[in-house]
Amino acid sequence: MKYQSQKVAYAYFLVAMGLFGIQVLGGLLAGWVYVWPNTLSELLPFNIIRMIHTNALIVWLLLGFFGAAYFLVPEEAECEIWSVKLAYLQLIILVVGTLGAVGGYLVGIHGGREFLEQPLWVKFGILVAAVIFLLNISMTVLAGRKTAITGVLLTGLWLLSLLWIFAFINPDNLSLDKMYWWFVIHLWVEGTWELVMAAILAFLMLKLTGVDREVVEKWLYVIVATALFSGILGTGHHFYWIGLPAYWQWTGSIFSAFEVVPFFAMMSFAFIMVWKGRRNHPNKAALLWALGSATVAFFGAGVWGFLHTFHGVNFYTHGTQITAAHGHLAFYGAYVAMNLAIITYAMPLLRGRAPYNQVLNMVSFWLMTGGMAFMTFVLTFAGTIQTHMQRIVGDYYMDVQDQLALFYMMRLGAGVCVALGAVLFIYSQVVVRREIITPNTMPKAEGETA
Amino acid sequence: MSEILTKSRARNIFYGGSLFFIVVFVIMTIHSHRYVVNVSTAGMPLSPEVILGKHVWERHSCINCHTLHGEGAYFAPELGNVMTRWGVLDDPEAAFETMDGWMAAQPSGIEGRRQMPFFEITPEEMRGLAEFLRWADQTDTQGWPPTDAG
Repeated sequence: MKYQSQKVAYAYFLVAMGLFGIQVLGGLLAGWVYVWPNTLSELLPFNIIRMIHTNALIVWLLLGFFGAAYFLVPEEAECEIWSVKLAYLQLIILVVGTLGAVGGYLVGIHGGREFLEQPLWVKFGILVAAVIFLLNISMTVLAGRKTAITGVLLTGLWLLSLLWIFAFINPDNLSLDKMYWWFVIHLWVEGTWELVMAAILAFLMLKLTGVDREVVEKWLYVIVATALFSGILGTGHHFYWIGLPAYWQWTGSIFSAFEVVPFFAMMSFAFIMVWKGRRNHPNKAALLWALGSATVAFFGAGVWGFLHTFHGVNFYTHGTQITAAHGHLAFYGAYVAMNLAIITYAMPLLRGRAPYNQVLNMVSFWLMTGGMAFMTFVLTFAGTIQTHMQRIVGDYYMDVQDQLALFYMMRLGAGVCVALGAVLFIYSQVVVRREIITPNTMPKAEGETA
Repeated sequence: MSEILTKSRARNIFYGGSLFFIVVFVIMTIHSHRYVVNVSTAGMPLSPEVILGKHVWERHSCINCHTLHGEGAYFAPELGNVMTRWGVLDDPEAAFETMDGWMAAQPSGIEGRRQMPFFEITPEEMRGLAEFLRWADQTDTQGWPPTDAG
């Protein structure tokens, strides 16, 4: 840790990991209810459990992004954060808002637009927190060195905050409601968040591999260009069946087919940088998470998205378990894993000691990644059967669901695996043990130079 | 690649290209907004009842179990065409009564079945909800869903 104010990130990461735990437990409970549907059905109905699962996810990912920004911007700009107090104030607002929202959900106070169920005062709180954040980070960047990493990161964070305005716009016309809702949902996860993800990945590659900044930053621009060129009009793949004009079918199909490109580029970038890099960084777990994130994002967001993005296919698969499969692996690979990568990289520095609990951390990576992969596979099979029975044969929804019971059991098993991984990850970060892995204890292979 | 594509060129392509696509997207959105209002949802007036129904739909967070036009949670049936499925699309009174009867019977309490909660809804709200779902059902969704099963 080169700058004292980077310490702010520590608080953000701790709260983020706490909410990560809540998110995973909520998911576990939801998976349980799929298998034993009478569980808590009157006390805590499925819709409330799901709200907690998705909202906790979104908030902790955002907290992770904020923490990442507070951690990496001082190093990039080579100066302290503009106001540490404001950074803590922003965190307090977000924590109070989140606890208020979750508490409200438990007693039935919530909105009804998916993922945007937060009461109005919480939405305003998020807006205020975002404004504080943008002010704080922008002033920091303006005062110091400007790099491509901070430029892309700030562009992403500014745009995602601006898009939050659409969380307040809820037309009475359902089709318009849906169209503007996607301005937040799609343009976040398939647009602006990709900028944040790519910037964090570029920062990690710079630090972990030691490759020249010029090379890293040129890659970064190419990646984010392909992300927005495909992602903006790619929004059309959500506009096929909600009452919008037919031209979105071709627009959405063509542009969203290219949404696989930035994820392929990020994966290639990560591996090429590691091959080219000369640095042997001791934090192997951070490198595993960074490479793992880029790879799983390529499969989850890229390949699994491509799978059902053409309107001819989507006509049959829209709103089935195929969507659930894609959603889980995409979020995990792109945003969960990238957040865990930067947390893994930053925590030893923030706590002022060598990377610790690396083996436990890496085990948690394989537990979570293996679990999510298995969950994605079983949900894809479930979705394929559902698509055929319900969308082609025309069997009724609940009759079809009864046929999918085995897949939902396997999904619960996969979920247990992910939850164990999450607990292990948090343990490996928070609880310090005296384990330090020394790199390069192996004798060099023949022909190895570095 | 390194000769032709310098870092500053890559940056300019990113910012310039993104701006171009944002402009195209905004223009298409404006057209789509008008299309929704004048064409695809014009089959039935957006009455106060429909709007009330949408608020009821939102207050009880139905979207976190059901899908509506295929969007939402995948725990319970699609409702964008439920009025077609019930055969009451063109009959407001029958739509209300079917809806009222269904909601009153929840939760079923059957072991091993997914449970829909009981919702405290006034008759006026219930009528609004039925009208809202009838309104959603008449929206031109480009022929989706493929079957009445939703």
